[in-house]
Amino acid sequence: MALLDVRSLTTSFHLRSGIVRAAQSIDLSLERGETLGIVGESGSGKSVTCYSIMGLIPQPPGRIESGEVHFDGQDLLKLSDEEMRQIRGNKISMIFQDPMTSLNPYLRISTQLTEAIRVHGDVDEKEALNRAITALEEVGIPDAPKRVQSYPHEFSGGMRQRVMIAMALINDPDLLIADEPTTALDVTVQARVLDIIKDRQERLGTAVILVTHDLGVVAGTCDRVQVMYAGQVVESGDTDQIFYDPKHAYTRSLQKAIPSLKAKDEVLYTIAGTPPDLSKSVAGCAFYPRCPFPKVKEPEGPVPELVELPDGHCLRECGYCDRSQPIEEVLAQDVEEDVQ
Amino acid sequence: MTARTAKMVEGAESRISSQPTADDLEKGSSLWSDAWHRLKRNRLAMISLFIFFGIVLFCVIGPFFSPHDAQEQDLLKGALGPSAQHWFGTDTLGRDLMVRTMEGGRISLLVGLVATLVALAIGVIYGATAGYLGGRVDAVMMRIVDTLYALPFTIFVILLMVAFGRSLWLIFVAIGAVEWLSMARIVRAGVIGLKKQEFVEAAVSLGYSHSRIIVRHLIPNVLGPVIVIATLTVPAVMLLEAFLSFLGLGVQPPNASWGVLINEGQQNMDIYPWLLILPAFFFALTLFTLNFLGDGLRDALDPKSSKD
Repeated sequence: MALLDVRSLTTSFHLRSGIVRAAQSIDLSLERGETLGIVGESGSGKSVTCYSIMGLIPQPPGRIESGEVHFDGQDLLKLSDEEMRQIRGNKISMIFQDPMTSLNPYLRISTQLTEAIRVHGDVDEKEALNRAITALEEVGIPDAPKRVQSYPHEFSGGMRQRVMIAMALINDPDLLIADEPTTALDVTVQARVLDIIKDRQERLGTAVILVTHDLGVVAGTCDRVQVMYAGQVVESGDTDQIFYDPKHAYTRSLQKAIPSLKAKDEVLYTIAGTPPDLSKSVAGCAFYPRCPFPKVKEPEGPVPELVELPDGHCLRECGYCDRSQPIEEVLAQDVEEDVQ
Repeated sequence: MTARTAKMVEGAESRISSQPTADDLEKGSSLWSDAWHRLKRNRLAMISLFIFFGIVLFCVIGPFFSPHDAQEQDLLKGALGPSAQHWFGTDTLGRDLMVRTMEGGRISLLVGLVATLVALAIGVIYGATAGYLGGRVDAVMMRIVDTLYALPFTIFVILLMVAFGRSLWLIFVAIGAVEWLSMARIVRAGVIGLKKQEFVEAAVSLGYSHSRIIVRHLIPNVLGPVIVIATLTVPAVMLLEAFLSFLGLGVQPPNASWGVLINEGQQNMDIYPWLLILPAFFFALTLFTLNFLGDGLRDALDPKSSKD
């Protein structure tokens, strides 16, 4: 049985201006030791999905409308606050985007790490401190026995993110949710942070959900990928399937928008327009207004179901556009039309 | 070297000396010790701190060294000017004014500190809880604060006096009951700002309970502004106590507070001016130093808000 099995999870926010459907019937499953990448633009529901799994959605205005989150045989959505508290930070941990603000500025690193240990286990102060130092060494903080007494503001951003990882992993969780852990870091530090996560994963068999909008990060680290758009999963599959055989118009546009080192003079492709307003219901295909492929017919009716292809590749096949040609040719034609 | 460059060099040196040493760096310097370094550089605040401690010492241990008793009357020596035997002179009943000023200071300072601590304890917990929980709980809790704010203070105190009789404890309760309101508002505002920060979210994601997050992670982060407000609340409370005592609602003779002494002094200020001037001087000095100290603390604890 899968470690994490999310079935048709729907989360919305009830605001005065209307209901924002931030995540709509999300399915995902994850085995021990596996890494799942969730990619998509800002506002596509990646973080909301993770927060829903963790039970961190502020309620109100948020509400988990339906769905099941089976983790290790339990439905997390049915647990009480107290039971959920036992799981958070112990069985499931989370790393956040901004390392500059994720540590409490008034407490020493040692205090924060030992607190995380002692909340979840009957460990005395001294042993907790030793474990904290070991945890810092494992994420590559030099001179850990001394640095553990520092305050967060004495660390650089990359080091703080490593401390955050150490803190999230300190109770050896089964599942680590990393919500854009490298977005705020520069490229060299990014690689380092990803290596640390991978290393811990290999040694302890931790399952990882990696949320990112950087496809390069996904290609290097994930076993499987889920592409989200407008609160829905539009395509999912093995990393190879998504990278070498992308099917959905959105996935293909997204890939086209990766800057390439080879093409020097080419103007970087950007997907025109902005993601749709999630408080309005969408007919047919949420990506239709921005889709670069030739339109076949006007979208209507409900959004099509996510269909699993024989090779395990899942796709929300809409049929409102003609995707028979590669995206390069479609874009080239667009340019010609513009010139004329 | 001109006087000006000498002064600049001296300033630079004092800045260097207030930098953390290598030993501090190893131990890690907290935001508190940084703030203390900044406060030490503020001359006005440091002078105020020393004078304030001087006044506190004078009031607290002074009476033990005085040959006179605050209640000991000698009508024959009524209202003598300052002399070698009675440094501050005597009042109309022949009591030594210096001891009475010290004893009055004890009461005034005690009221100031205790009422502020009461206000601090209630206000911080109440405000942090309201701000953290938010939503409907917050709305109800803050409406209660608004309602209490609307009570006219003097009438409130008179009602308490009528109901429970006059006592020093009642003054603590009455003043504390009013002063915690603004404390609660400030803490609530601070907590609302903080709770969106990721370290609070991270604390939730680590499975910490609400009470742990409020006490360990939120309150220490709003303590900076709270300390500033508390320092400025002490003189405000002392002023309130003096006001109540002046009206005859506060501390009752023969017990003294600075408010009582000033009241007694103003009755005869044409004839025996020292009876007014001396207690009023200590009272004013205390208020000044606390206000300067509060200003200094604000600059030290929140460097962003300082002018330079």
